[in-house]
Amino acid sequence: MEQHQIEQLQEKARLLRADILRMLHKAQSGHTGGSLSAIDMIAALYFGKMRHNPAEPAWEGRDRFVLCKGHAAPAQYVALAEAGYFPKEDLMMLRRLGSHLQGHPDSKSTPGVEVCTGSLGQGLSQAVGMALGLRLDRSDSRVYALLGDGELQEGQVWEAAMSAGHYRLDNLCALVDANGLQIDGEVTRVMNVTPIGEKFAAFGWHVLEIDGHDMAAIMDALHKAGELQGKPTVIVANTVKGKGVPFFENKASYHGVPPSDAELPEALKHLGITED
Amino acid sequence: MSMIATRDAYGEALAELGAENVNIVALDADLSGSTKTGVFAKKFPERFFNMGIAEANMTGVAAGLAATGKIPFLSTFSIFAAGRAWEQIRQSVAYPKANVKVVATHGGITVGEDGGSHQSVEDVAIMRAIPNMTVIVPADGPETKAAIKAAAAYKGPVFVRLGRNKVPTIFGDDYRFEIGKGAEVVPGSDMTFVTTGMMTAQAVAAADILKQEGISARVVHIGTIKPLDKDIVIKAAAETGAIVTAEEHSIIGGLGGAVAEFLATSRPTPVEMVGIRDRFGTSGKADELIKYFCLTPEDLVEAARKVLQRK
Ligand SMILES: Cc1ncc(C[n+]2csc(CCOP(=O)(O)OP(=O)(O)O)c2C)c(N)n1
Ligand SMILES: [Mg+2]
Repeated sequence: MEQHQIEQLQEKARLLRADILRMLHKAQSGHTGGSLSAIDMIAALYFGKMRHNPAEPAWEGRDRFVLCKGHAAPAQYVALAEAGYFPKEDLMMLRRLGSHLQGHPDSKSTPGVEVCTGSLGQGLSQAVGMALGLRLDRSDSRVYALLGDGELQEGQVWEAAMSAGHYRLDNLCALVDANGLQIDGEVTRVMNVTPIGEKFAAFGWHVLEIDGHDMAAIMDALHKAGELQGKPTVIVANTVKGKGVPFFENKASYHGVPPSDAELPEALKHLGITED
Repeated sequence: MSMIATRDAYGEALAELGAENVNIVALDADLSGSTKTGVFAKKFPERFFNMGIAEANMTGVAAGLAATGKIPFLSTFSIFAAGRAWEQIRQSVAYPKANVKVVATHGGITVGEDGGSHQSVEDVAIMRAIPNMTVIVPADGPETKAAIKAAAAYKGPVFVRLGRNKVPTIFGDDYRFEIGKGAEVVPGSDMTFVTTGMMTAQAVAAADILKQEGISARVVHIGTIKPLDKDIVIKAAAETGAIVTAEEHSIIGGLGGAVAEFLATSRPTPVEMVGIRDRFGTSGKADELIKYFCLTPEDLVEAARKVLQRK
């Protein structure tokens, strides 16, 4: 991928970070840290990689995206709005009564959301089902699933990993947002899931490890995942929870806390944005 | 009226129990700050096990701890305790009658903004259906504290469902909680609200409204949904002749179900049910959702009028 395309994606991610902060601030509820750690990968998928058609969300030829770590819904919602699935103003209705933007992704409500997630550990299984179904249909669509590192503690994730390896689902690519934190603290201290790559490898996956905020590395890994035959690929992306806003970074305490009135303009300033 | 979240009362009670009994242990699944097991964890770090985001394993581990004579309290949000680990609760806890206490917080729709994925409206029904299981839904802080202590003293599986938000205190210091016993909160003779959890406070308010209209409504709080206090229910049916059940839960299989099952087979009585009408929850503020799902005192009043017409 050419340098100017990478730069465009980086710029997209910067603006989407600002949208995340604004929507969470407006809702005064929701998950800041895990949305900011995932947004570079989500921007890369929606604006650099996936085949999809916002005018026709159910278009058969689309690639599928499953946000297994459903609490990062704001990161998916800003991408969907930016892509044109629904008006950007809707973002300000996050988590409100009657809004189509539910606290956690809801396929009944939101155009572009494929399945319901929010209860951790269930998304990858659904992605495996999609990958199997698409293969039966001889479709060349691909399935992407984004998981949290704390989420990997759920046993079901490994049942899903086993089945993807068993069925050699090379149309499936999992991305792990390895930010090292969950709600009660550091993943390695709460319940150690490392080494992540070796575990997936043992279940028959192709493993790539990258810096999850390096846009060129993300695009390169997604490209490699598409080339590889006979195995599902996992991209273990080392990330920073709260990335982009120094006072949110690497703090478990900002997992489920939105920016306050005082924090919002400060946070946006760190992204190079001054609101009028 | 003082306000306290039942989960906060749980945190206090568990820490007190920990000081009294070295066999009390606690487990959580990465939500110790929210469920308030963190209070216990701080005081007794060696007796607290954070199991990570792995509710099914946590439940089995609790059963194993119980097999060594410990009294495990395990906590997470109700949807992940009752829901995610249902079969583990059935097989590893209830079937062997293991001495495990499942204290599930964030029950019902008042979870609020997180939305339908996180709002358990079926938890009481699916826990109640399991043999050997005791199911408790306290109304307020003091009752929660008493119920947690009673659960610790009782030998066998107990499921306690708590809420996220502050709720008004109904019971005074003289209130004595006993597993399997309901409590008459407001006397009355024309009809009875049989309620549980935060709906008891709503029923007290509804009874006040009805009083102004000259209708004498009794309020019976059912803290233990299973085993149900049959005496207090049959007394209400006999003396007032009309029942309105109310719960922050589906009308299928919860308190309304328990009361209707019992009355239908013992003393058929007109019953109206207030609760979530076979729907999933949705995002919104807790107070908005209480209105949206028709759980206000006014909704209870309307149900009372309806049941009185059937009397
Ligand atoms: C089954 C289940 N258990 C518990 C929760 C509550 N919960 C929401 S987010 C979270 C921590 C997630 O950590 P991680 O997967 O590392 O996400 P990230 O750090 O990317 O936000 C927990 C425990 C849940 N949503 N689902
Ligand atoms: Mg994490």
